[in-house]
Amino acid sequence: MVRRRHFLTLSIATLGGVLVYSLDRKATLLASQHKPVRVPLRFFTETEALIVAAAASRIFPSDESGPGAREAGVAIFIDRQLAGSYGRDRFRYTQRPFEDAPRELGYQGSATPRQIYREGLKGLRGFQLLAPAGQDEALRKIESTLFFSLLCQNTIEGMFCDPMHGGNAGMIGWQLVGFPGPRLSNFDEVDKYYGKAFRPKPMSLRQSTGAKVRPSEDES
Amino acid sequence: MKTLPPVDAVIVGGGWAGLLVAKELGARTSLNIVVLERGQSREPSDYATDMDELDYAIRLRMMQDLSKETVTLRHNVTRSALPLRQHGAFLPGAGVGGSGEHWNAQVPRFLPDCFALLTKTTEKYGAKALPEDHAVRDWGITYNELEPYYTRVDKLLGSSGKAGNLKGRLIEGGNIFEGWRSEEYPTPPTKMPYFSTLFRDAAKSLGYHPYPAPSANISQSYSNPDGVSRGGCTYCGFCARFGCMVGAKAQPTNLLLPIIQKRKNVSLRSGARVRRILFDSASKSVTRGVTYVDASGEEVFQPASLVFLASWTFNNTRLLLLSGIGEPYDPATGRGTVGRNLTHQVTVGAATAFFDQPLNRFMGSGSAGILFSDFDRDDLDRGPLNFIRGGYFAARGYGFQPIGAFGVLPNSIKATWGSEWKKASVSYYDRTATIGFAGEHLAYKTNFMDLDPVYKDALGDPLLRLTLDWRDNERKMAEFATPIGVQVAKAMGAREINPFPGLRSYDATRYNSTHIQGGTIMGDSPDHSVVSPYLQHWQLTNLFILGGSTFPQNASANPTPTVLAFVYRTADAIIDRYLKHPGPLG
Repeated sequence: MVRRRHFLTLSIATLGGVLVYSLDRKATLLASQHKPVRVPLRFFTETEALIVAAAASRIFPSDESGPGAREAGVAIFIDRQLAGSYGRDRFRYTQRPFEDAPRELGYQGSATPRQIYREGLKGLRGFQLLAPAGQDEALRKIESTLFFSLLCQNTIEGMFCDPMHGGNAGMIGWQLVGFPGPRLSNFDEVDKYYGKAFRPKPMSLRQSTGAKVRPSEDES
Repeated sequence: MKTLPPVDAVIVGGGWAGLLVAKELGARTSLNIVVLERGQSREPSDYATDMDELDYAIRLRMMQDLSKETVTLRHNVTRSALPLRQHGAFLPGAGVGGSGEHWNAQVPRFLPDCFALLTKTTEKYGAKALPEDHAVRDWGITYNELEPYYTRVDKLLGSSGKAGNLKGRLIEGGNIFEGWRSEEYPTPPTKMPYFSTLFRDAAKSLGYHPYPAPSANISQSYSNPDGVSRGGCTYCGFCARFGCMVGAKAQPTNLLLPIIQKRKNVSLRSGARVRRILFDSASKSVTRGVTYVDASGEEVFQPASLVFLASWTFNNTRLLLLSGIGEPYDPATGRGTVGRNLTHQVTVGAATAFFDQPLNRFMGSGSAGILFSDFDRDDLDRGPLNFIRGGYFAARGYGFQPIGAFGVLPNSIKATWGSEWKKASVSYYDRTATIGFAGEHLAYKTNFMDLDPVYKDALGDPLLRLTLDWRDNERKMAEFATPIGVQVAKAMGAREINPFPGLRSYDATRYNSTHIQGGTIMGDSPDHSVVSPYLQHWQLTNLFILGGSTFPQNASANPTPTVLAFVYRTADAIIDRYLKHPGPLG
């Protein structure tokens, strides 16, 4: 398949890094390099990726309570998810007929996450160029849509997934909430630290196990 | 269709029930046995690198592939059923080991009176105590008959806990409301996460009787009677929806598979999707074997002298219906037995509590925690709420991961995205946990399973259709449990509390539990049941049906130990009696 390659250009200064908390619990991001990186996109066009990155940054902003979707690389995560089995509903029951149903029976539509994003993004043309207040207003208009609820869910996933999935860059999301990633043993700690924070340094699955684990979106 | 050489026994389903009967018959007899598992093959070593929340807990990598087959659901017979297109209220597993691989390994026993629910309730309170259109049945067996098998299950799993009733002697610190145990747990209770200790102290201060949750994520290394050794739990927190990285969690692949693999008389075929059970149409008293689509896509006939159906509640029921075995249940007339008594479980988060101090919730296991069963009895004052039965309260330190746990906020905070939401979510992230309640779901004439008239699986066979809704008894039970959960949360020092909002219609999008029962229930008469208490089909006497599909109704407790106890009892009866004199086991 021949297709035009799209890239998302990100500044290393805003991607991942180490969180440092000051005494009043304000988080500061430490980053050493300032060279931009070009990340090849698997599903989005560059414009779509810029809109998703901007929208995710309003859902999970970088602000005084710490870094957000921009530093975690959420747009890269969502791009990879949509390119993989999740995006094309590989494991969902998609046989006809599609009928409307009460909410309790779950999503009954035929549109895949890819189609929901592609359609939803058409309604956010120029979004990346708006000022934050205008962006928030645009998002409030689509708050009740399936696209927006997917975007919120996928943004949280991209904040806190294992970094092998393309989000949570530098384990910034895990640092934000004090999650240490997959620790092989908490045997000595589980019944200590009662009422006190135990915050070991985060390790990714690959670091923790020493294995070259493949994320499911890289499988055919 | 190709016909394979006959075998002595074919087992449909390679999960807890199927592999336990394969191990028992395989190790104790020379029968030639084939296990047919429709999912993939699996080894315990597969789990060394599975601690990835996204792929396993969110994308549900270990669950059944719904693109091939799901179930349909409607709330009552006046509605059309629609397919459950994605997982939600329950999570049936796929592959060798089945749901026994990704479970939480909670191993309580059922209360003795559950087995005679109809008789005991009627005796005590009169027939009017039960809801008008209930379908509650006795099991045709007593707890006393089952107790030795429960003890074998505990030894197989190495269950960790503290007995509350040893041969009738009540012991403080254990569950004093449980049925008698002939022996103490094989291993001591697990370590306790912080949240569970707050719950224990609060429950005790309120006069309840908290005890350590029975756990098959074992507290220390243990070697079971089969010679299988496991190390203790490391409280990594990756249990539910994961296989155990260190093998401390009891799973079919670490307890049963190693023994089966050593037996030349047992073979396990993965990727084998069973479509029909064939039976002798003249006599209608024997099955001839099963047909299945093998891993290469070819449909084959596997003749067998004994057939075991052990493919979880849905598929056990569906295979009988597809095969034309027995009379499908008709709710209009009450006739027929296949598909009746569909029950789930009243599992609610009674109170979600928000604390000032951090809880370190990433540490724990699927079954490390504290329970109390003071309301899991039938002799309670329920005040103005007119309902029967009850359930247990729980504070487990499951081991929380951030995608699933982020964004749980006090009801006072309305924002669902943006700065305010993010700030609150970050601040509450490790300061919130839920007090759970698991209550009995009664059987009703209107909750049942049959074949869907519209939707098909990937092979063109009809999907199973569930007709299921909550009734007043369940709604009132949840209403009763909620203020108790709130009371305990207050005593734990919670700053804010979200009470459970109440049960309305059955919601297939909210995870409830993977405890679904009925469809091929056991009983003391073929008029009301599909199998005898030996799990033997009443008409086709060489067909045995194993698993939660044989439970007449849900009990509050988690079902796996009861499933396994019945499998042991059936295996014993087959080895000791049936093989010598095939026919009805009385």
